[in-house]
Amino acid sequence: MDLLRSANREQIARRRKIDFCLHLLFAAATSVGVVALCALLIDILIDGIGRLRPELFEHFPSRRADRAGMKSAIVGSMYMLGIMLPISFMLGVGAAIWLEEYAGRGRLTRLIRLNIRTLAGVPSIVYGILGLTLFVRMLMLQRSLLAGAFTMTILVLPIIIVAAQEALRAVPKSRREAAYALGANKWQTVSRAVLPSALPGILTGVILAMSRAIGETAPLIMIGALTYVAFLPKSVLDPFTVMPIQIFNWMSRPQPEFHELAAAGILVLLALLLLMNFAAILLRNKYSKQI
Amino acid sequence: MSMLRKGFLPFVMAAVMVLAAACGSGNGENGGNEGGTTSAAGGSGGSGGSVDSQAKAAKENAGGGNGEQQPKLSGSIEIDGSSTVYPLTEAVAEEYAAEQPDVRVTVGTSGTGGGFERFCAGEIPIADASRPIKDSEAQVCAEAGIAYTELSIAYDGLSVVVNKDNDWVDYLTIEELKRIFVAGSGVRTWADVREGWPAEEITLFSPGADSGTYDYFNEAILEKAGIRSDGQISFSEDDNTLVRGVAGNKGGIGYFGYAYYEENTDKLKVVPIDGGSGPVAPSLDTIKDGTYSPLSRPLFIYVNNQALEERPEVKDFVRFYIGNVGGLAKDVGYVPLPDEKYAEEAAKIGA
Repeated sequence: MDLLRSANREQIARRRKIDFCLHLLFAAATSVGVVALCALLIDILIDGIGRLRPELFEHFPSRRADRAGMKSAIVGSMYMLGIMLPISFMLGVGAAIWLEEYAGRGRLTRLIRLNIRTLAGVPSIVYGILGLTLFVRMLMLQRSLLAGAFTMTILVLPIIIVAAQEALRAVPKSRREAAYALGANKWQTVSRAVLPSALPGILTGVILAMSRAIGETAPLIMIGALTYVAFLPKSVLDPFTVMPIQIFNWMSRPQPEFHELAAAGILVLLALLLLMNFAAILLRNKYSKQI
Repeated sequence: MSMLRKGFLPFVMAAVMVLAAACGSGNGENGGNEGGTTSAAGGSGGSGGSVDSQAKAAKENAGGGNGEQQPKLSGSIEIDGSSTVYPLTEAVAEEYAAEQPDVRVTVGTSGTGGGFERFCAGEIPIADASRPIKDSEAQVCAEAGIAYTELSIAYDGLSVVVNKDNDWVDYLTIEELKRIFVAGSGVRTWADVREGWPAEEITLFSPGADSGTYDYFNEAILEKAGIRSDGQISFSEDDNTLVRGVAGNKGGIGYFGYAYYEENTDKLKVVPIDGGSGPVAPSLDTIKDGTYSPLSRPLFIYVNNQALEERPEVKDFVRFYIGNVGGLAKDVGYVPLPDEKYAEEAAKIGA
């Protein structure tokens, strides 16, 4: 009996030790990412904080680091988001509603779903080539804000559709059935019972997709977004530039002052991203309470 | 908790608005800086003489140099091409905005090859290039019926650099340089380069094969034999990466534009190159007078002849470019051409 008990105690001690070791291992795995991110943030903060002045927002690009700003890039990014947001919201949510609520479970819908999921993982440069062929050349939009916004819309559409689909699917079946029981038709059910409770999820997906779009460079370089633009776009057919392109250009300059500007630009971009993600969380909380 | 949440949403929106306002309000304040002549020139349409002279004075202040009275032009000029030439074109475009605020100049960085592709498709009137046009590209232009003028705008001295702790390299001949970098090179250590040097392993850093810098090096040093591609060489399209590579490897050697050496003289040691008449190190003077040979290379812009003739704003911009780029070149780390060379280039476009 004694022997058995002590053996048991040894076993437990060993298991505890393994548990402790694995705990440490997992904590280390998490911290690798966090530490790397912190190091990056601190590095950028040290480099960029001194350049985070009003000039950065008020000036156009310049050969002199002291006078250089990213006004046209910030405004370009904002305009692009402003154009894409409604288009991609309507197309993305519309497609998701059709796929989830109206389309049957046939082979065609399955194929479409598979396609959309695959598209969500396609490298962004491919969308750049698509945008160049379709919007810039075939539709003759040239290298305009509109061509850029359309290309980015196509880039984020699969992400929005998938997120919206998940959100719609998460709405309990009982809600739909309750609506039908009250005599509502399909559209009434979708618009008044399903959509409102799926909205937080959809909005989160849309905002996350937008924050991906704002950081994308490759497709825009492909369709010919420019580097030096010393005016603000007056119409959607004007040439434009966006923040990541300006940052990349400053980063590749030889002068260290431009590297500091690039770091400041990264800070602005990061702040904007955080703000958008924060807005996503707030919206989710706000709407999920009302249901 | 819910108070907190309700309080935050307006806060976030307010923050977004502040950001947007900061960008927007710049419009007004900016007038004082870059758009300085915008208001003056804008008023000249109605009131005439006195405002014009004011605009002219401002122009001369901005380093225009060319005192001729200019008619007010408008339109947009799209330029694309080499990212090496970009800082020069950006500087010129920035100054030109003070002279002709209604001409909107945009500059892209698709690379020399990408720029020529668009140039020969007739999409852009001016292409930036860090090497002369290739025969294949010239053929595309010819087939599209696009005649062009090549203008040299500045020099860049390709600088060969080694690590700061490298105390054995005093100079390299172009034969040695070729032996180090050429495809199929058997050079493993510095001892393989010249007798008496230590058997320190050599690590090479080169711009990628897409860059005009590589093209020029391949032609001038490697005699088009191509660069080696093995475990000892690293390529990067970003010259700052090359700088860091050489600075971090005792046996490192690399080459890139003079501006990147000039900004990193504390981290790198430049190697004088012996092109047959004694070792010469790159500097503003040796690049300008041509003694730093064969590694000082001219940079170009290519201008569509039809645009030059039919669009006054293009001609005026090119005239301004040739007239002012010399003074701006040093600002961005390039070497201006001799004055008589600029006069030659200006004569090509009849300005």
